[in-house]
Amino acid sequence: MKFAVVVFPGSNSDYDAFYAASSVLGEDAALVWHKDTDLQGADVVILPGGFAHGDYLRTGAIARFSPIMASVQAFADRGGPVLGICNGFQVLLEAGMLPGAMVRNDRIKFVSRLVPVRVEQTDTPFTVACTSQQVLYMPVAHGEGNYYADPETLAALEANRQVVFRYADAAGEVSPASNINGSLNNIAGICNRQRNVVGLMPHPERATEAQLGSADGRVILASAVKALASLSR
Amino acid sequence: MRARVYVTLKPSVFDPQGRVVADALVTMGYQDVQDVRQGKFFEVEIAATDAATAKTRVTEMADKLLANPVIESYRVEVLP
Repeated sequence: MKFAVVVFPGSNSDYDAFYAASSVLGEDAALVWHKDTDLQGADVVILPGGFAHGDYLRTGAIARFSPIMASVQAFADRGGPVLGICNGFQVLLEAGMLPGAMVRNDRIKFVSRLVPVRVEQTDTPFTVACTSQQVLYMPVAHGEGNYYADPETLAALEANRQVVFRYADAAGEVSPASNINGSLNNIAGICNRQRNVVGLMPHPERATEAQLGSADGRVILASAVKALASLSR
Repeated sequence: MRARVYVTLKPSVFDPQGRVVADALVTMGYQDVQDVRQGKFFEVEIAATDAATAKTRVTEMADKLLANPVIESYRVEVLP
């Protein structure tokens, strides 16, 4: 199977995602420039972390108008799995492919460290290889990861089981103390109603080998391989 | 013509930046500061023949790009 990693001007985790898909998982992978419109026959699309278009105006606000995004939207509409990581999550929010928005972290801190994240849902293409309530250690690196949605949207997300990841402690306990950035309901990642588009602030692609401090993120990308294998069977 | 767009966070959205600015002002001795909300201000030069058209166009731009309606409100004024 093939991963396409979109490269925006200012992306900085694009090669990490490419490396994780190709060298760690041993799958085909391609880097796709944001001005292209061809996803090169990919089975999975990743919008990587970074500061697309300098994060000018708002994070992800300009990137959503990049030519490749129409192809990503069409790919998602056909049910194709799309993963937005950090800045990629912010792009999906601005593009309206996921509900809600990001505001500055509370306490104004740029948070850059390895954090425990609890997997809430295992029926998405990026968590199907996880166990329910599994705690994954993945790095975060963001100044604007404070997830916000109006009360109706938030209630719908919870009711439809669209909250896929929450900031937790090592024991998997979700509390205000484990909330690293002020996100509503400790939300670290969500999916769309169809469950094929997933966005999360932590970086699974930077935690795929023990030498990096954690290999827990590997299961996120391995899930996509598993999900597609079960589809083609 | 010139239009001005004021973008502010909705009252229901916490503004960490505004809070930090307010704290700094109090530290500087402005004890009477109660709250600060930080926003964005745009001046848009637009080729339009009348103010109504300019306002319609710039309002559309604010809605689609300059503001994120999920978290922000905006106000558009066209200069005479």
